[in-house]
Amino acid sequence: MNLTLKIWRQKDSKTKGRMVDYKVTEISEHMSFLEMMDVLNEQLVNSGEDPVAFDHDCREGICGMCSMYINGEAHGPDRGVTTCQLHMRMFKDGDTITIEPFRATAFPVLKDLIVDRSSFDRIQHAGGYISVNTSGNTQDANAIPISKHAADEAMDAATCIGCGACVASCKNSSAMLFVGAKVSQYALLPQGQVEAADRVKNMVAQMDLEGFGNCTNTGACEIECPKGISLENIARMNRELMKASI
Amino acid sequence: MGGFFKSSIGRKVAMALSAFFLMFFLLQHFAINILSVFSPELFNEVSHFMGTNPLVQFALQPVLIFGVVFHFIMGFVLEIKNKNARKIAYVKNNGAANSSWMSRNMIYSGLAILAFIVLHFIDFWFPEINTKYIQGDWSGTIEGVEGFRYYEELTHKFVSPIRVGAYVLAFVFLALHLLHGFTAAFQSMGASTIRKKRLQSIGKAYSIIIPLGFIFIALYHHFNH
Amino acid sequence: MALDSKVPKGPIQDKWTDYKNHIDLVNPANKRHIDIIVVGTGLAGGSAAATLAELGYNVKAFCYQDSPRRAHSIAAQGGINAAKNYQGDGDSTYRLFYDTVKGGDYRSREANVYRLAEVSTNIIDQCVAQGVPFARDYGGLLDNRSFGGVLVSRTFYAKGQTGQQLLLGAYSAMNRQIARGKIQMYNRHEMLDVVKVDGKARGIIARNLITGEIERHSAHAVVVASGGYGNVYFLSTNAMGSNVTAGWKIHKKGAYFANPCYTQIHPTCIPRSGDYQSKLTLMSESLRNDGRIWVPKNMEDVMAIREGRKKPTDLSEDERDYYLERRYPAFGNLVPRDVASRAAKERCDAGYGVNATGEAVYLDFASAIQRYGVEQAKIHNISNPSKEKVYELGQAIVEEKYGNLFQMYEKIVDENPYETPMMIYPAVHYTMGGVWVDYNLMTTIPGCYCIGEANFSDHGANRLGASALMQGLADGYFVLPYTIGDYLSDDIRTGKISTDTPEFEEAEKEVTDRINFFVNNKGTKSVDYFHKKLGKVMWDKAGMSRNAEGLIEAMAEIKAIREEFWKEVSVPGTAAEINPELEKAGRVADFLELGELFAKDALMREESCGGHFREESAEESGPQKGEAKRNDKDFAFVAAWEYKGEPADAVLHKEELEFKDIELKQRSYK
Repeated sequence: MNLTLKIWRQKDSKTKGRMVDYKVTEISEHMSFLEMMDVLNEQLVNSGEDPVAFDHDCREGICGMCSMYINGEAHGPDRGVTTCQLHMRMFKDGDTITIEPFRATAFPVLKDLIVDRSSFDRIQHAGGYISVNTSGNTQDANAIPISKHAADEAMDAATCIGCGACVASCKNSSAMLFVGAKVSQYALLPQGQVEAADRVKNMVAQMDLEGFGNCTNTGACEIECPKGISLENIARMNRELMKASI
Repeated sequence: MGGFFKSSIGRKVAMALSAFFLMFFLLQHFAINILSVFSPELFNEVSHFMGTNPLVQFALQPVLIFGVVFHFIMGFVLEIKNKNARKIAYVKNNGAANSSWMSRNMIYSGLAILAFIVLHFIDFWFPEINTKYIQGDWSGTIEGVEGFRYYEELTHKFVSPIRVGAYVLAFVFLALHLLHGFTAAFQSMGASTIRKKRLQSIGKAYSIIIPLGFIFIALYHHFNH
Repeated sequence: MALDSKVPKGPIQDKWTDYKNHIDLVNPANKRHIDIIVVGTGLAGGSAAATLAELGYNVKAFCYQDSPRRAHSIAAQGGINAAKNYQGDGDSTYRLFYDTVKGGDYRSREANVYRLAEVSTNIIDQCVAQGVPFARDYGGLLDNRSFGGVLVSRTFYAKGQTGQQLLLGAYSAMNRQIARGKIQMYNRHEMLDVVKVDGKARGIIARNLITGEIERHSAHAVVVASGGYGNVYFLSTNAMGSNVTAGWKIHKKGAYFANPCYTQIHPTCIPRSGDYQSKLTLMSESLRNDGRIWVPKNMEDVMAIREGRKKPTDLSEDERDYYLERRYPAFGNLVPRDVASRAAKERCDAGYGVNATGEAVYLDFASAIQRYGVEQAKIHNISNPSKEKVYELGQAIVEEKYGNLFQMYEKIVDENPYETPMMIYPAVHYTMGGVWVDYNLMTTIPGCYCIGEANFSDHGANRLGASALMQGLADGYFVLPYTIGDYLSDDIRTGKISTDTPEFEEAEKEVTDRINFFVNNKGTKSVDYFHKKLGKVMWDKAGMSRNAEGLIEAMAEIKAIREEFWKEVSVPGTAAEINPELEKAGRVADFLELGELFAKDALMREESCGGHFREESAEESGPQKGEAKRNDKDFAFVAAWEYKGEPADAVLHKEELEFKDIELKQRSYK
């Protein structure tokens, strides 16, 4: 199929960006979206133009690196997939596809479609861990039984890949789904409960400092999350913070 | 605790708490107003009680005013903060794909409600304050009307079709605001999903029945007088 | 230089304990004055950085991704082995050790593998303490899975995302140290050379991938944990950015590179759909428990299927060739990875491949659905169930077991695997070879360590499932932190290493010159053009089966591609910006050298072992006719190559492998 692409081009974080139109032809419907981008870039390189810079790595939906806002949605129109798992069969011959970077003040654009998500890392530095030494001399792994229900719920929260689709989709650029998932994972496990109060306070404080917006419960994050992280994690974080503050 | 209400989550909680208070007030207001349809006398009795009881006047009324003002100001503060969290907007954004119109436009439904409240104050609250606190008339009566004046004042306001139209429109916005706000407030308070399922039905019922009830009262009086 | 593996004396079960009791330690006050660089933040690098920082060293960690959490360890699906024996099925340290050595086709170092098995149990304890949400049973205790090649159930897992959860565990341990200021994290940085001072590794040259700035970083020791080099094949299940550069740079500065030809080619991957394809996706090995692998018996049917005139479901049982069941009646579809992969290639080379590219075989669940359906009907007391009912019941069971994999397949291929057989084909997945290290995990450059997939040590010629995660974390959490202390105890008086020295200057200049060459070359062909060309040679001539003639050709062809690359490569943009093409160019340049050494190593190893199958070394007669033939008399050694300029001139050093605790045996699956 033949497509028109409207892509955000921005030289670096200091330069202003703009949308530029490109045409690609003979795109197979079996291609992944990023393979279509590869075709465009090969075309640009061969004609001596600067290829479109975009983040990507594992190309199997787990590393969380890819981050495109496609036709007004994070990771495009399909559900439960990252950009790299999106396939061209979701589009029709002759379509115009708008491709933008994930936008948030806390995710500044570095170049074209690449954004800086180190704010997520800094939130994790503030408390996204259990303070246990890596001596290997901890107690036996089976010493504390954990109910299957809690373990499964913790796992569901832990599947977050940190891509930032929640922030990108949220009309307020709120990072609460991301932070809520991490807070929840630890809050659900006995190992994490020891420092739960400090953790949630510190992580929320850092999140606010980074300039993310406030959650207004639109639920867009949950719908666009490639890993289906539930809104319940935000509710749990709210409870945890209230518990920690009172 | 002081730090809590400065955090993003604390603000959400404050928003939710004021919302709960306002939703309770709305229910109470509705309960009194609907009396006007069934029994003007009872409506007058209760109105007089509310209007003259010191507890209501000097404790609940200031709290209510604070609640309203707080909810609006906080709403604007959050809206500005949220707008700042994305300084460059998307060229193409398909919000409808992942969220309801109501959830994305709370600020606009809220503004419509604010406009209505201004009208409402001009219609009822300012004259009421004038009568009671400036002129010092706490009798609840008016010359030429038998018994209390409240029912008479109420029906009088619903004569103009324009005002009734504005009234109806405002309550449509209120319904839209509540359709998202009701459950959102619970979510902000950390209510979990299991209860949320039931909450959603309760929320939907509340958000539609209450505004519809107010609209009914307005239309009832408009067409019966 | 003679290779000294530095394996401690004494009985195998006491080696590690004795070693730990007798090494030199660095006192906590002195650790504050010692810097360590860790390159790569996957399971090995991440866990090493966290532990070293916790011990008190100043750690500088580097990764090319935007966050340490994105290293490709994250993509591991199945699980992690540990000899916990929670299931009470007879597992032990010795048994895990034995399985790993045997699975590696007797080409790994016994002492390292034993140590790995020994610390495996600590890994699980550690991860649980860190909040890794492993799967649990209803009693609240940890659950286990079985994996290929072993007789016990020792694999711990977190759904199909075990690698992700373990990596996030290591990342969380790093976060704690980053917050304390003990780890300085350099995201979006790529190591482009190691710096040696007085023969010791004392720092690296790295490029800031955002600004393009070339930076000097000094340390008392350098740890390379940069993963495997499967991308030398262009198409693999590795991440797009996975590369050999860090490993190759230290090789060029004196670290020997061991067994480059040992590559694991995983049998169950989604086949290539066209030339545009950028990477391959793995489907878990567990599918072979219930799937039957086949191709059509008759060439007419193959053509009919390729042209869309027939569907696979149209073929009767008689018209199908279940070639694994035919060739290996004892193990059938459950032969080890290397055997299954070669058998698929054999059929496709003979022209029986079932998709447009001719490189796909069927993995069919119809009989499993039927079998489970009948069983379920019995369980539910349904007499004379209809065909549809049996199918429905059977499908439910298959969905319960493999639902997420089937869904993933459908997303990619757009075919419903419940209705039509899956198409699969082998793909490059893991590299057992890597930088040579001794028992201390130190390379032949003093002070330069190599851990995880980047080194060669633990998996021999073939890796068992769920062992890669185990090795990465064992190296990083529990082995390196001890062994590196022994070396650094000499450095407590050294003081800060200056970067203002001729050695750093020279290394930086080399790096800068190369980058400038790329951006100024203005050639005619893109980097990917060369990478794809290299990949094709590697796949055709140094892939699943290899012969002397092909390997000699491969060496010559890779050399020719390399020469053309240096003439014709075109890199757009500048050096002082984010420039993915420039990054790729540097990586492909190194792959073009490694590829040739790879072929040279494969040519030298005139035996078949594990993932390395030499057509000349197959059983000629008897029941094993055509199967891999190992040659323990001549090839029971590690091939460690020393860099001498051109890859073809590399000098071979042998580390003889001694098997004192395990008897060498032929593997048979007939």
